[in-house]
Amino acid sequence: MTYIPNTPEDQRIMLEALGLSDLESLLTPVPEEVRLRRPLDLPAALAEPDLKRLLSGMAARNKTLDTTISFLGAGTYDHAIPSVVPHLQRRSEFVTSYTPYQPEVSQGMLQAIYEFQTMVCQITGLDIANASLYDGATAMVEAVLLAVGPGGRGEVVISQAVDPQYRRVLHTYAHARGFSVIEVPTINGVTDLERLNEAVTPTTSAVVIQQPNFFGCVEDVRAIEPIAHKGKGVFVATITEPASLALLAAPGEYGADIAVGELMSFGNSMSYGGPALGFMAARSKYMRMLPGRLVGQTVEEGGQKRTGYVLTLQTREQHIRRERATSNICTNQSLLAVGATIYLAALGKQGFRELGELCLQKAHYAQRQVTAVPGFKAAFSSPFFDEFVIQSPVRIGQLQRAFEQAGIIGGYPLAQDYPDLPNAMLFCVTETRTREDIDLLVDVLKEARA
Amino acid sequence: MSEKLIFEKGAPGRRAATMSALDVPVESLENMIPAQLLRQDAAPLPEVSEIEIVRHYTHLAQRNFGVDTGFYPLGSCTMKYNPKLNEDMAALPGFAHIHPSQPESTVQGAIQLFYELEQYLAEISGMARVTLQPSAGAHGELTGLMLIKAHHESKGQSHRNLVLIPDNAHGTNPASATLADYKAVEVRSDPQTGGIEMAHLEQLLAAHGQEVAAIMMTNPNTLGLFDSNIVEIARMVHEVGGQLYYDGANANAVLGITRPGDMGFDVVHFNLHKTCSTPHGGGGPGAGPIGVKEHLVEFLPGPLPAKNAQGEYYWQDPGPRSIGKVRANMGNFGVLVRAYTYIRTYGPDGLLHVAQSAILNANYLKHELASDYEIAYPQTCQHEFIATAQRQKEESGVTATDIAKRLLDFGMYAPTIYFPLIVHEAMMIEPTETETRETLDYFISVMRQIAQEARTDPDTVKTAPHTTPIGRLDQALAARKPNLRWTPGQEETR
Repeated sequence: MTYIPNTPEDQRIMLEALGLSDLESLLTPVPEEVRLRRPLDLPAALAEPDLKRLLSGMAARNKTLDTTISFLGAGTYDHAIPSVVPHLQRRSEFVTSYTPYQPEVSQGMLQAIYEFQTMVCQITGLDIANASLYDGATAMVEAVLLAVGPGGRGEVVISQAVDPQYRRVLHTYAHARGFSVIEVPTINGVTDLERLNEAVTPTTSAVVIQQPNFFGCVEDVRAIEPIAHKGKGVFVATITEPASLALLAAPGEYGADIAVGELMSFGNSMSYGGPALGFMAARSKYMRMLPGRLVGQTVEEGGQKRTGYVLTLQTREQHIRRERATSNICTNQSLLAVGATIYLAALGKQGFRELGELCLQKAHYAQRQVTAVPGFKAAFSSPFFDEFVIQSPVRIGQLQRAFEQAGIIGGYPLAQDYPDLPNAMLFCVTETRTREDIDLLVDVLKEARA
Repeated sequence: MSEKLIFEKGAPGRRAATMSALDVPVESLENMIPAQLLRQDAAPLPEVSEIEIVRHYTHLAQRNFGVDTGFYPLGSCTMKYNPKLNEDMAALPGFAHIHPSQPESTVQGAIQLFYELEQYLAEISGMARVTLQPSAGAHGELTGLMLIKAHHESKGQSHRNLVLIPDNAHGTNPASATLADYKAVEVRSDPQTGGIEMAHLEQLLAAHGQEVAAIMMTNPNTLGLFDSNIVEIARMVHEVGGQLYYDGANANAVLGITRPGDMGFDVVHFNLHKTCSTPHGGGGPGAGPIGVKEHLVEFLPGPLPAKNAQGEYYWQDPGPRSIGKVRANMGNFGVLVRAYTYIRTYGPDGLLHVAQSAILNANYLKHELASDYEIAYPQTCQHEFIATAQRQKEESGVTATDIAKRLLDFGMYAPTIYFPLIVHEAMMIEPTETETRETLDYFISVMRQIAQEARTDPDTVKTAPHTTPIGRLDQALAARKPNLRWTPGQEETR
């Protein structure tokens, strides 16, 4: 049998040692009335070559971004992955290990996570970071749960310019957990500061914004910070496009208490949106309230007192604290964290800066070219990073057909999340798009208009 | 030697990745972004060359133990072999490099995979429908409790606020209950059978039946024992209006043998990184799909995969009673591709043989270790069992930790120790079906040797490990003076 090495003869010998004659006699604890006395109704087993053919066929029915030009962002970003990243990340000692409960034989993963925590602090400008969370949306919710506190019922204020999926996840958790969420509308593509000011009260537990926000616009975080902090609330900055951190003020610089978001696009394939890589960075004072694993540096108990790494502050966690844990998370996204760590090492201080500049310049070139096409208008005049919203003079469905005919994937239609923007599309241009790609987009728009 | 941190390597000006040249007209930064919104200090990332990166992370990998390195009997984690084929399939460009917002017509193969995997998992668990959205087991637990909450609310039963959880449950169960705003109530387990103490359950249901939202059970439980009273338990809980939640952490033991749905469970989660062989990745990613009976389908998070009369796949928005969404996008797709490949590799007979072989391997180890170690529950186990270090501790002061550390010297990982909490000096051993008889025999011989050392040379065990890259680490120091990140110059102050 495929990955079961023991032969019937091996199993006979083992059964004999147990004084048993067949495998069935090991199943006596399962009552007859719940036994499944028929084979599972599943397709028959396939050999490796047949499976490769089957799955390659299924994969071929997807248009891969390796060969298709796309202008999709909206929370998932196409950043080039240097070859060195997957080669090292896929080392099977990393891939096939689990949570490093035995540090003496898990120093590799522990040190890589410690490096990840450090790099998250470096790019966010905050003091501490955890070992990863499921994705940006759940990381944002975990920050809110930290702010609301155990048994807390205070309300949470969130901008409508935060990713609609993230807000949906927040509402789902808030309903189960029993706290309320107040959404603040936008004006010119950014959070309406007047309305934000009205929404934040002394009982607000958290104020959540996204930078750059879902429309790609850069929020005036310097003006938001005093509003977020006028009560006792925790100021949470959400970052879905981490390349922006190369150029935009770091959360630590503008006074955010917690930064959360999505790092999948750093060294990990987008894989239809998952597995993703949620992160959380915070000021030191939240250290003992953080959800998830934390790796700390220490030394050997005896001997040479060499430096080593361990899982630490575990009394926050579910396997020790059970119903009083800071979170229920156990399995996280370690392998993706390793990928992001190697990616950031590969880019380095200079390359990270260049990444930000390439995204910014190319997106602005694209926006200038697109808005030069008669009828296509910038929806907002607020500053933006590598995404921008365009009001289309033709229906979005018609636009999509034009993209399809041209063999490219256009932007993200906003109507599904923002009904007041029925003919708007969110375009993303990262460093992976060339000038020719952008010019092709412009040609398609011109044709769609004609 | 300790490996230096990546931050302590390299030199100013060094770099690895190259960036394409800017091929568009340049605009000045200040014209695009107001100065006060720009970063003041560049992120102080490492400055290292590619060769330094390659050697550094290769060294780190070499300082890490995985299933590919050796036997990994970590109980309740099902550290089975992770097939290489699955890795290759997940890395196919048509799966790995697709965007979650692509038009449906451009991702037909991906939605088909969701659609079919849902059907397979529904059949394996005996459930009506499955959502593949949750990212891990604990995330599935929370999602399941949200569904149960939505169900009670729809019946005007919002007052139900208790979740019954056996004392041997995984810590995630009570933590998930709290997160869903429930109060966790512990149910005692029976010291003889290892299953739920029926009298205690009866008492709890008699006193609080109308407040009970659900019971969360792992079956077989963390003692590796199948609770034979499951049908009666389901009847009792349902009778007072409660729901039954199945923690699928140990589902490797039931494949093709029995199904949570047939046992009476209303909700079940899978840990695809356990049962379906997707790699554990040093802590993750996993995937925690949730299966539900018909009466809970309308509450599932959305969207759900669907197929129209023309055979086209699409995403169907959930109805108005859906709990919403528990993460961005559709799920851990890369993990799902691996699980799909795994199920198609084995087929129905193969999956049954997986479970049977896992059970045989566990019983074989339990039988062979009984001469040297206390076995917490001597009866036939399923996929795992609990040996203890109680005898060693009494005789020579050697603890479960010491035995775990000594195992590392022999090129094996350690069992899960001190869990479940109800067994003293517990060592929870799960061999899985993918180990050879020779490996099992080697583990047995090493465990016997360690027992012998505990009798004759306990210091060797108490000071283990001796052959690992580093010795026992000062956990107390790590917690007392937490150092969670590197800062420049810290190595001089050590």
